[in-house]
Amino acid sequence: MAVNTQPIIRLTNVCKSYGDHQILKDINLELEAGKFYTLLGPSGCGKTTILRTIAGFTDATAGEVDFDGQRINDLPANQRQVNTVFQDYALFPHMNVAENVAFGLKLHKVAKAEIETRVQEALALVQLADFGDREISEISGGQQQRVAIARALVMQPKVLLLDEPLSALDAKLRKDMQYELRDLQQRLGITFLFVTHDQEEALAMSDEIFVMNDGKILQGGTPVDIYDEPINHFVANFIGESNIIPGNMLQDYQVEFVGKTFECADAGMQAGEAVEVVLRPEDLDIVAADQGKLVVTVDSQLFRGNYFEIVAYDNDHNEWLVHSTNPADEGTPIGLTFDPQDIHVMRLHETEAAFDARLEQYEDD
Amino acid sequence: MQRKQRLSRNTAYFVPYILWILLFVIAPVLLLIYQSFFNIDGQFTFDNYVTYFSSSTYLMMTVNSVWYAFLITLATLLISYPTAYLLNETKHPQLWLLLIIMPTWINLLLKAYAFIGIFSQAGIANQFLSFIGIGPKQLLFTNFSFVFVAAYIQIPFMVLPIYNSISELKPSYVNASRDLGATNWQTFSRVIFPLTMPGVKAGIQAVFIPSLSLFMLTRLIGGNKVITLGTAIEEHFLTTMNWGMGSTIGVVLIIAMVIIMWLTNGNKRRSGKGLTK
Repeated sequence: MAVNTQPIIRLTNVCKSYGDHQILKDINLELEAGKFYTLLGPSGCGKTTILRTIAGFTDATAGEVDFDGQRINDLPANQRQVNTVFQDYALFPHMNVAENVAFGLKLHKVAKAEIETRVQEALALVQLADFGDREISEISGGQQQRVAIARALVMQPKVLLLDEPLSALDAKLRKDMQYELRDLQQRLGITFLFVTHDQEEALAMSDEIFVMNDGKILQGGTPVDIYDEPINHFVANFIGESNIIPGNMLQDYQVEFVGKTFECADAGMQAGEAVEVVLRPEDLDIVAADQGKLVVTVDSQLFRGNYFEIVAYDNDHNEWLVHSTNPADEGTPIGLTFDPQDIHVMRLHETEAAFDARLEQYEDD
Repeated sequence: MQRKQRLSRNTAYFVPYILWILLFVIAPVLLLIYQSFFNIDGQFTFDNYVTYFSSSTYLMMTVNSVWYAFLITLATLLISYPTAYLLNETKHPQLWLLLIIMPTWINLLLKAYAFIGIFSQAGIANQFLSFIGIGPKQLLFTNFSFVFVAAYIQIPFMVLPIYNSISELKPSYVNASRDLGATNWQTFSRVIFPLTMPGVKAGIQAVFIPSLSLFMLTRLIGGNKVITLGTAIEEHFLTTMNWGMGSTIGVVLIIAMVIIMWLTNGNKRRSGKGLTK
C-alpha cells in the first residue's frame, strides 16, 4: 500500500444527529483512489447516512468531510465531484433513457455532439447501447439499474456512491450485477463506495469493507481479514455464520473452552482473560466420535444444495453449526475436529485500534 | 353458476351510481341539447346556433368568459403552486391543508357577501388603504375584485391536487438532480415542475371549467361589467325566458369543457407513471 497517496475521501470525527437521536457517532474513515469500498451493516446502522454526507444531501453535525484534501462540508451537492446510484434508481420518469443519462451533461453545458457520444459510451458501458430511445417505464428493473449507473458514470466522477443498488433485483440478476460492478470499477479505476446489508455481496465485491453497527464503524479491512479475524461478537455474527463460544485465554496460543484446552493462533492477551472463541461452520470437520476434539450430538440437518447444514449440541448444551458435504445421522454422536488456525479468539470490548496493535505485535514475532 | 351469481352481485353495486349518472348527468345533458333546437315559440329550429355564432355579442361573451376564466386560473395557479410547495416543507402539512380547505365549507354566497363588506367604500380594505394614504378607492364592482374573489374561492381546489402530486414526489428525484449538478432552480424547472404537472393539470381542470360559467360573482363582486356565458344563461332562463338560447349556450359550454378536459388529459405517455413513493 502506498503511504503517500492522498485519500480521495476522508471523514474525520463525523457525527450526525437528529434531535437526541445520534445516527453517526464519531466516524473516521479514509478512502483511497481507485478502490472498491463497502459499508456493511444492518438497516438503520447509519451506512446510508455516511453516503448522504459524502454526496452532500445531508450535513454532518460535527466533524470534517474532505474530498481530495479539500474540506467539502459546506460545498453544495451539485458542486461535488461525486455521483450517486440511488437505491430506487431515481430515474426521471418524464425523460427517456438517453435523456436521463444526458441530464447532468446538459446542465454542465457540454456541447451537443459531445453529449451524444458520451451518452452512447455510457450506455454501451452498461450494455444498453440500443436502449436510448426507450421510456423508463418500458424497461426492466435490472435495466433501470444499469441506466442509473450509466447516468452517474457519464459525469466521470472521482467517486461513485452506490446506495444498496442491487437490493431490488432477484438473486440471479444480483449475482450478475456483482460481477459487472466489480468489473466496471476495475476497468474505470475510480473509487466505488458501496452500501449494503448483504454480507455475501460485500465479501464478493470489495477491496475493503467497513462493518457498521449502531452509528459506529466496528471494523475495517479486507474481506479476508474481516472474515478470518472478526473483532467482536457482532462482526463475527454478521459476516458469515459462526459458532461463538465463551472461553478463557490460558496463555499465549492456548485457549480453553467447553472444558477443554486447545492450541490456537492468537496471543497478546492476559492469562486467564475471559474471551469469546469463533469457529466457522465450514472449518469443522466431522470424524468418528472417538477421534474428535469435540463430541456433539446431531440434532437436525438441512440440505442446502452444495452442503449440509448440521445443527448439533455438546454436553454443555452449546449449539454447534457445521457445514459438511456429507450428511450426518440425526440423533447420533459425531466427533468434530479443527486446526489451531481455525480458532479465532476475540477479547470482549476491544477497540479496533487496540485490536490492530495487538495483531501487529504478535504477528511480528 | 356460482361465478355468475357473484358477477351479478357485483353489477348490483353499480346500480345506484348508474341511476345517478342517468338521472342527473345524461338526462339533463340530453334535455339541454334537445331544448337548444327550439326557439322561444317552441318551434324546431337551428336558429339558436346560427345566432350564437353570428352575433358579436355572444362571441364577445365567449371571449370574455374564456379570458376571465384564464385570468382566474392563472392567478389561482400562481398562488397555489408556491403554497402547495411550501405546505409540503412544513412540519404539519395536514393542519395547514385543513386551514386552506376550511373556507370551502362556507357557502359561496356568504363569502361573496362578506367580500362586498370588505371591499365597500367604508370597508376594511379601504380603511387600510386610507391608513397608508392611498385610499379610499373604488374596489367593489371592478374586474380586479372579480378576479380576486374568484381566485380566492378557487384556491383550495388548485392547492389540493398540486399538494398531492408534490408530496408524492420521491425525494430521491430531487437528490438525483442535485447530484448530477442541478441548481435549486434547475431542479425545480427540469424535475419537480414537470413531474408535478399531473397535479397542475388536475388543478386547472378543477378551476378553469367552473370559472367559465361563473355568474353570481360577476354580478355581486364584478357589478355585471363583464357579462360571461354563465350570466347569459341565467338571464335567458330567468329573465327573457328564452330557454332555447340558454340551452344553446349551455351546450357550447359543455363542448368547451370537454375540449379542455381532452387537452389537459392528453400526452399522458410520460407523466404520472412511477411517481409515487
